[in-house]
Amino acid sequence: MGIEIYLLVLLIFIIVGALIAVETKNLLSAVISLGAIGFGLSIAFLFLRAPDLAIVQIAVEVILLIFLIRATIGRDVISAKGHIHWAGLVVICLLAVAVFVFGLFAFRSLNEFGAPIIASVQDAPSNKYLQDGLKSTGAANIVTAVLLDYRAYDTLGEATVLFAAIIGALAVLRGRAASRRKGSRQMGSPQAGSERRKDK
Amino acid sequence: MIYSLCFVLFIIGLYCALTKKNIVKIVIGLIIMEYAVNLFLVLLGYRKDGVAPIVEKTTNPLEFLATSVDPLPQALVVTSIVIGLGVTTLAIALCIKLYEKYGTFDISEIRRLKG
Repeated sequence: MGIEIYLLVLLIFIIVGALIAVETKNLLSAVISLGAIGFGLSIAFLFLRAPDLAIVQIAVEVILLIFLIRATIGRDVISAKGHIHWAGLVVICLLAVAVFVFGLFAFRSLNEFGAPIIASVQDAPSNKYLQDGLKSTGAANIVTAVLLDYRAYDTLGEATVLFAAIIGALAVLRGRAASRRKGSRQMGSPQAGSERRKDK
Repeated sequence: MIYSLCFVLFIIGLYCALTKKNIVKIVIGLIIMEYAVNLFLVLLGYRKDGVAPIVEKTTNPLEFLATSVDPLPQALVVTSIVIGLGVTTLAIALCIKLYEKYGTFDISEIRRLKG
């Protein structure tokens, strides 16, 4: 009983944070509200008995905030100029409401909150992991056992995707540095240096 | 009730990604959707009065099997969070690059200044 009330309060906090992040005009405030959402989510994971997830969420959130603040700080933080397409906005809102209603119908086929599928299906793989995890892998933390032993290829694929994404980000950002260096060399005057400093 | 609140969070992210003109706002909408999906998967695996899926020395195996929360969604969500970080980093790098080229985050201006 207690946990559900805590979770409800946390979820309402997260939703209010999300609304602020979506609707505020100032980009820096939006990014900071996003940080509040992420840390609230990590507390929610703690309540849901997922300590590993809480730790990972905090680490990822800090890195993400650093990137987002790097992208937004000192830029045109006030946006939303020009007219709004009211017709498109109304259509999108109607679509969102329709998706929400159909989603509520879909939730009826799920189990109640607090009664997971492993409780009703006896030969679910999770039951086997819980039963034999310590014996067959030697990891006391069953999440670690699943990540690094039962589904290790999944983790290998994750590392590959992460590597590819970081290579992509580096390639995109390095192009900027190279072109800037070339530009200052072409000018070859003290002005170029001062301009570069201004750029930063 | 809790599921539908989680779904509200997803819809907020969807609305943000579809209607905002600022590309950083669109990225924020994507991040919110990702958080909602992660939270939903972990909610599905929660057992009432459950314990974390970590075996201790004093744990009784049968009792542990009957009270532990589902470890499989947690393991997959760890993967999903880290992949989300990589994808978001790539998106933000593209945002920074677009700002360098066009001097604005406004997506309609970027479309107008083609070439």
